[in-house]
Amino acid sequence: MTAGPSNATVDEGYNFAFLDEQTKRMLRRAILKAVAIPGHQIPFGSREMPLSYGWGTGGIQITAAVIGPADTLKVIDQGADDTTNAVSIRSFFRRMTGVATTERTPDATIVQTRHRIPETKLVEGQILVYQVPIPEPLRWLEPRESETRKMHALAEYGAMHVKLFEDIVRFGRIETAYDYPVMVNGRYLMRPSPIPKFDNPKMDQMPALQLFGAGREKRIYAVPPYTAVKSLDFEDYPFQIEKWDQPCALCGADDTFLDEIITDDKGGRMFVCSDTDHCEQRRAAGHRGTGAPQSYVAAVEGGE
Amino acid sequence: MSETPILEVRGLTKRFGARAAVRDVSLELWPGEVLGIVGESGSGKTTLLNCLGGRMPADAGEVLYHTGDGREVDMLALSEADRRRLLRTEWGFVHQNPRDGLRPDVSAGGNVGERLMALGQRHYGNLRDTALDWLKQVEIDADRVDDKPRAFSGGMQQRLQIARNLVTHPRVVLMDEPTGGLDVSVQARLLDLLRRLVRDVGVSVIIVTHDLGVARLLADRLIVMREGGLVESGLTDRLLDDPREPYTQLLVSSVLTV
Repeated sequence: MTAGPSNATVDEGYNFAFLDEQTKRMLRRAILKAVAIPGHQIPFGSREMPLSYGWGTGGIQITAAVIGPADTLKVIDQGADDTTNAVSIRSFFRRMTGVATTERTPDATIVQTRHRIPETKLVEGQILVYQVPIPEPLRWLEPRESETRKMHALAEYGAMHVKLFEDIVRFGRIETAYDYPVMVNGRYLMRPSPIPKFDNPKMDQMPALQLFGAGREKRIYAVPPYTAVKSLDFEDYPFQIEKWDQPCALCGADDTFLDEIITDDKGGRMFVCSDTDHCEQRRAAGHRGTGAPQSYVAAVEGGE
Repeated sequence: MSETPILEVRGLTKRFGARAAVRDVSLELWPGEVLGIVGESGSGKTTLLNCLGGRMPADAGEVLYHTGDGREVDMLALSEADRRRLLRTEWGFVHQNPRDGLRPDVSAGGNVGERLMALGQRHYGNLRDTALDWLKQVEIDADRVDDKPRAFSGGMQQRLQIARNLVTHPRVVLMDEPTGGLDVSVQARLLDLLRRLVRDVGVSVIIVTHDLGVARLLADRLIVMREGGLVESGLTDRLLDDPREPYTQLLVSSVLTV
């Protein structure tokens, strides 16, 4: 086993990337099948992982199946590299593979993500691995698995628009904000996992390979590079992404997905990029926002 | 009426274990006619209806349907994809219990629009206008279009279910006791409405009922079933006024008159 240029110590007694080779081959077969039929859900024998369901067991299994010693791994959770889920999955793979990890999107060969697509455009050769809680887009209207499989097989997707129709009835606009259903390659209806619909356009014709893993539901699906991904909508209510009326308070970006942060107990708040790496790169390049309270800026800058 | 029936059923049989629920039934449905199937509970009426629509596999027989584009297909031998597409576009099914035929958590407008969306309509404004138009036709106030069917009375739910089925102008509608569980005055209104819609839309209907009054009002022709088999068939008035078979005579004479 050749470890990458890493400072990590690899735990002895485990196979490379935790899973045994037979399991990884089974996963790779499922992944190949998924890539061959874009958007189609492939069942696989999901294993017990040292992590509870709902914390990314599907994503971890995919990453374990595709990672090699020369890879560089980035893990994000809600766009951030430093949240519990991201930190523990990253350290898991450092201990189980010894590969290099990074927070910089362009340096990574594999990006495992929960709930976001990085703002930095992904390129050919990169793999984006999504953690998926519920893979079946038709589940809300049809609880029977046998029936939803039939609906996929026969491309009976008309009823999916009923959900968006109900949004307009109740709110006057399509209010579905995350896990927004998409058509992949004009054939299969797919749940993009709970990413904000802000990220949906990034999936369309993406140069990177996108793999989706649902551990509890035991499904893998994929969007190969340069595949059409279209969000559902109505002719008179076209698909729209979220907009903010202010730029990022830290880096001044006006084209990113923003999180609202409470800054004190007197109602102070600011909007900052949810993609922490993108925000830091911009600040390193000299971009500055104006919205952050002075105390917060001092703490962040002082801490760096 | 045109020369050929829209639906021909030949030798349809459905067994549950050793018991035959439907035994060697043959019938024809002509364009624009309302065919009533009457008989006591357990005579196989509903099973027959379910087999006709391919909702339940039959054990023997054929259901020949003349499609809108002039083909003749056997509904029982059709591939599942084709059968489901026909059921979605050219057929309708009105359940006895409207909860089986409606989405209770989707607004009335969404319920009416669903089949249109399944056919590829993607314009919210048009879908909503169509829904409003159909609500008016089935006598539901336009301001209830955004309400959920669970907030509707039984009669309104049944009318909504009818609108949801007729919105795509199907050629054949199967109805299973559409007036069951409704009180008499609501039944009467629903019957009036059904009669008008059937004439306006020009659809062929097979209606299953145990209520001879409903059959007399709606149906052009009647079929009497007993223990899974056909007992007698004929024009409604002929059959009810001058029943030939002893069982039909018994059925007709057992109706209470007020």
